[in-house]
Amino acid sequence: MATMVLEQRNRRTMVMAFGMALAMLGLGFAAVPLYDLFCRVTGFGGTTQVATEAEADIAQRMAASAGGREFSIRFDANTASNMPWEFRPLQVTDRVSIGQRDMATYVARNNSDVPITGTATFNVEPEQAGRYFNKIQCFCFTEQTLQPGQEVRMPVLYFVDPAVLDDPNMERVQQITLSYTFHRAKSDS
Amino acid sequence: MATTAEGFDAHHDDHAAHDHHDHKPGFFARWFMSTNHKDIGTLYLIFAIFAGIIGGAISGLMRWELAEPGLQIMGQVVEFMGGAGTFDEQGHMWNVLITAHGLIMVFFMVMPAMIGGFGNWFVPLMIGAPDMAFPRMNNISFWLTVAGFISLMFSAFVPGGIGNGAGVGWTVYAPLSTTFSQGPAVDFAIFSLHLAGAGSILGATNFITTIFNMRAPGMTLHKMPLFVWSVLVTAFLLLLALPVLAAAITMLLTDRNFGTTFYDPAGGGDPILYQHLFWFFGHPEVYIMILPGFGMISQIVATFSRKPVFGYLGMAYAMVAIGVVGFIVWAHHMYTVGLDVNTKMYFTAATMVIAVPTGIKIFSWIATMWGGSIEFKSPMVWAMGFIFLFTVGGVTGVVLANGGVDDNLHDTYYVVAHFHYVLSLGAVTSIFAGWYYWFPKMSGRMHSEFLSHLHFWVFFIGVNLIFFPMHFLGLQGMARRYPDYTPAFTYWNEIATIGYIVMAASMVIFFVNMAYALIAGKKAEANYWGEGATTLEWSLSSPPPFHQFETLPVIEDHHSADDHISPAPARA
Repeated sequence: MATMVLEQRNRRTMVMAFGMALAMLGLGFAAVPLYDLFCRVTGFGGTTQVATEAEADIAQRMAASAGGREFSIRFDANTASNMPWEFRPLQVTDRVSIGQRDMATYVARNNSDVPITGTATFNVEPEQAGRYFNKIQCFCFTEQTLQPGQEVRMPVLYFVDPAVLDDPNMERVQQITLSYTFHRAKSDS
Repeated sequence: MATTAEGFDAHHDDHAAHDHHDHKPGFFARWFMSTNHKDIGTLYLIFAIFAGIIGGAISGLMRWELAEPGLQIMGQVVEFMGGAGTFDEQGHMWNVLITAHGLIMVFFMVMPAMIGGFGNWFVPLMIGAPDMAFPRMNNISFWLTVAGFISLMFSAFVPGGIGNGAGVGWTVYAPLSTTFSQGPAVDFAIFSLHLAGAGSILGATNFITTIFNMRAPGMTLHKMPLFVWSVLVTAFLLLLALPVLAAAITMLLTDRNFGTTFYDPAGGGDPILYQHLFWFFGHPEVYIMILPGFGMISQIVATFSRKPVFGYLGMAYAMVAIGVVGFIVWAHHMYTVGLDVNTKMYFTAATMVIAVPTGIKIFSWIATMWGGSIEFKSPMVWAMGFIFLFTVGGVTGVVLANGGVDDNLHDTYYVVAHFHYVLSLGAVTSIFAGWYYWFPKMSGRMHSEFLSHLHFWVFFIGVNLIFFPMHFLGLQGMARRYPDYTPAFTYWNEIATIGYIVMAASMVIFFVNMAYALIAGKKAEANYWGEGATTLEWSLSSPPPFHQFETLPVIEDHHSADDHISPAPARA
């Protein structure tokens, strides 16, 4: 009788222990969407924000009352090593006041002789600026297909959130670099 | 601390009619299908020694390569392994060696020795249990570990990108382990971690169940020996950390083979996510490697000071605290990925908090020795060596905990020196302390105390010669993970190489000592360390009977945590 009881207790403890291990396994996989969400919300690692036109209007009006601090915005373009595109910004730097909408243009050209689909990844440097860098319109949200020799202009419409003025980590930042890298789309290869 | 079960007659050899309980199965059934915790512990220890020889030989090749600036022997190693010996292949071979060294020492030497070996042997003995809760699961834990080791060895002989073998570091960071390591070698290395991890999770479950449910009557959690406490905390760390590694490397496998992009920015993934997941496992892992050592050192220091350990409850809960805080400091391994200053500040502060419970342990060991009647037997000498070496590694750990300082020292030899002081000098020294403490108990034969002391001194000088200069090299900017360095770093590298030879000589002394003990060693008594040794394993013969505690020992009430020495010497 006593051994039966011990066996049952042992089995129960084992099931609970395995339950903990399984829960941690689940958490390990759940980390993928959670990490993505965390980066979007906090701008962690220079993740930029997405804004609507309406939000941009509000930001512009707020900024008008905040005075005219300016940022220098630097545009950077890269391609992955297996990507035979030429990719560059039309202008390398620009100056914008906080809250002011600005348009930057990148140019991409397919130098190969086959159509290629690409997707762009992006972030900003310094990384604490990611929270305040809002994009209203961007080519980076969708896949792009370029025919051989085709060249396209790709606009980015963005503004810097006036909330940046309240962040002590941003006090000494004068320049924000917006960087894009074009990768070959996974569906393409 | 636990107490001797007074008046408990552990083995019944005097009852001729009871010979059935010491019946041993035949050789194959005993060692290959073992369900006996002591036999499985022995298998783990033999396996750990075997893996340690391979891992140690690999570090010898690495030290030989680093003996002088320029490439020394990587070309020969590549050719020996069947490659052409090009420059790129030599660099890849270096990566394969550091990967194998790290993985072998962590998963197939330290963990099997401490948890599988000493844990299996002494947790049931110390709590007065007849065996582990799930003896057959114990068996599969061991053989999964062996299978993992074979998978890792196999990976060295299949293509892994530039040459044969997995050259990805023990951290297996993406994208080096995904895009830049084509070929099955990395898959085999990852599979090896899956197998070893599964074995460890099963083992952890077994320990938790055994410790919670199978303690002898009267042995409350707060009367358990500290070694049992340390294994309990370690088992929980394994249970919570290893599944996260399993998830992380499973996604690595699907990224490599099935076109997913968990860690590939081209598809919306992030390689930094892998680092977070890896270190969420990896930091608790370093405590998994050292906590059982803490437990053994507590037993040894108390035994040879002939005093109960100072601050028993503080010692037990310090380990719990280290285990808990160990889960929330992982990003101090990745200060240079671009964390913002507030995040760095948090991880710096949280990391430094761990120095508090660790300090409690160090000071309690010293306080245990204080005023004790200390006997400098070999386990005690090793234990004192451990306390010194681990403290050195702990202090450099506090230095590295600073996010700002780490920006300069990240991935330099200062880091290599730090983690070898806590592992190669700390954990390994505690394994040898435990080995000399319990070897006669396990084998029934006394080792030579002279050779054990000699082993200690030669080893102590050797490892310090290897690793102390690495602090200087790191501060001067020598980066880790390269087979070559600028001639300015030659001097201290030469010293380190001499240190390696000294350390290797100490291993010869160790094996001579073991051969001596097994061939000509005196028969060990039940309690060969005398009255300071008070835990239950000393109430059994050396070696203990094949099955012990068929009648459970009773821990009597009048022994409290701070008065645990039995008035009468333990009975054989």
